[in-house]
Amino acid sequence: MAIADAEALTGVTRARVNWTPYLLVLPTLAFLSVFFIYPMAQAISLAVTDPPTGALTWAHFRRMSSDLYFGQAVRFTLIITAIAVPLQVALGLAIALLVNTRFRGHTVFLYLTALPIGISDLAAGMIWLSILTERGYLNAALQRLGLIEQPVVFLTLERPEWLLAAIILTELWRATAIVMVILLAGLQLIPKDYAETAAVFGAGRWQTARHVILPLLRPSLQTALIIRTILAFQLFATVVTLAGRQIPVLAGETYFWYSLYRSPSVASAYAVLILLLSASITWIYLYVFAPKAGEVRL
Amino acid sequence: MRVRLVGIYGAALVIGTWVAAPLLLIALAAFTPRNILYEWPRPLWPRAFSLDTMLFFLRSTGVWASTLNSVVVAGLTIGLAFLIAAPTGYALARYRFRGKGAVQLSILVVKMFPATVLSIPLAVAFIRWGLYDTLIGVAIVHTALSIPFVTVIVTSVFVGISYELEEAAMTLGSNRLRAFLRVTLPMAVPGLAAAAIFTFVLSWNEVFAATILTLDHRTLPALIVDSVISAGAPLHFRFAGGFFMVMPAVVIIFLIRRYLLTLWGVTVR
Repeated sequence: MAIADAEALTGVTRARVNWTPYLLVLPTLAFLSVFFIYPMAQAISLAVTDPPTGALTWAHFRRMSSDLYFGQAVRFTLIITAIAVPLQVALGLAIALLVNTRFRGHTVFLYLTALPIGISDLAAGMIWLSILTERGYLNAALQRLGLIEQPVVFLTLERPEWLLAAIILTELWRATAIVMVILLAGLQLIPKDYAETAAVFGAGRWQTARHVILPLLRPSLQTALIIRTILAFQLFATVVTLAGRQIPVLAGETYFWYSLYRSPSVASAYAVLILLLSASITWIYLYVFAPKAGEVRL
Repeated sequence: MRVRLVGIYGAALVIGTWVAAPLLLIALAAFTPRNILYEWPRPLWPRAFSLDTMLFFLRSTGVWASTLNSVVVAGLTIGLAFLIAAPTGYALARYRFRGKGAVQLSILVVKMFPATVLSIPLAVAFIRWGLYDTLIGVAIVHTALSIPFVTVIVTSVFVGISYELEEAAMTLGSNRLRAFLRVTLPMAVPGLAAAAIFTFVLSWNEVFAATILTLDHRTLPALIVDSVISAGAPLHFRFAGGFFMVMPAVVIIFLIRRYLLTLWGVTVR
């Protein structure tokens, strides 16, 4: 292994500390301090201080929570996340397991199903708009099948549940690919002998998947869940293209408070709320998925 | 066995169609004449194809300028991200040092961070620093987003290249830098190119930060969001814009397909 060689060359034989790796890592750490840690602190400070005086205040959070859109934004963001993320994980797992059977043509199938990784939430919104809009492909197909005479308006506030379904469908189509790739990477780390051993001891395909593969896949499942959930809290462009502000979401409100109402303070309050939600959900996932005593870790 | 094969191919066909069909449909919409897009009954397959819809989009005010902005921002992002993250990737691959685990963990945390919401405080800071509504300002945020990805690809690339070759060059009289430049780097080029390409996609697709941080110097996604939110852009503009944004993705994912698992594979353990 390269690491071992490098160590033999640079670390063990010499007693003094080798500063080269620290020097190489320094730019990244410096950059992240300025453009990650500083703005995070700044977001919190903007959200809790009164701009002219600099005094501590809860006014921005009060303004945020007393806004008509606030309750809806929290509710819709959580609903979309709670439905879309499990669906993405289930479908992503199915595709990863399918690719991992290495059927003939699995590389083409992998490329195709990974394609949406390169597609933005904005473009995905436009794509599904072309299907679901009033004169879209779905209505055209329904009419061709003789199921409808007049176009059905799917994307309207009169049917918020359809708007939500459209957003969830679009997110499922776009973001499953990331989950699939994370899980596939995890599956390929699991040695083949594990499944073979299970088969020797008489386990069926389902039993092997359930009791051998899934537990070993836990770190990847955990990562996929954390990444997808946090990204779902930042959902913005998909919603804007399909529903405008009819379905308010947290990142959308952040945008409107900053750009439309020109209030960086309330926008920061939203940003802090998203940060807090993301941190708590990560903690919950890490806690729920923590390996119990006596379990094997790969 | 037969039943299982039918199941596998059946599932692959259904899932493949689910992913591919919307892509084909947006391409179809982008080349359908405008009047057919608004017709009822709407034909599933247009009677005629035309470049109308695409040309309408490409000739709309600001589209070319913002496309150029997007490309410049992506270029700056690639440059910055490599300058900052590539040495870290190399260090993680070649050295064992105290605090290495912490560096790897913090990079993973950055990848999972709701980074776009940091655009708000950054906008406030950028106004003070004179970076607001500049392409370099957007590129800086995109760099922060792409650092984790560049680091993991670069690490995996150099882990895959044997250090012994570099050593051999050094025993033959090269110094360390020369050995790296003449021996290791040429072998690393395909992997590094993949990292650059992925950084391009990340920047090309990013909407939220670009929308918050620019006013006149819009990137393409920011321009499209703006025209949807404040101007209520017509449907054919949206379809053509969607298709225009998707096109690079199809090529780019194909180019970096070998590195897809590396990009996302690192997990919390």
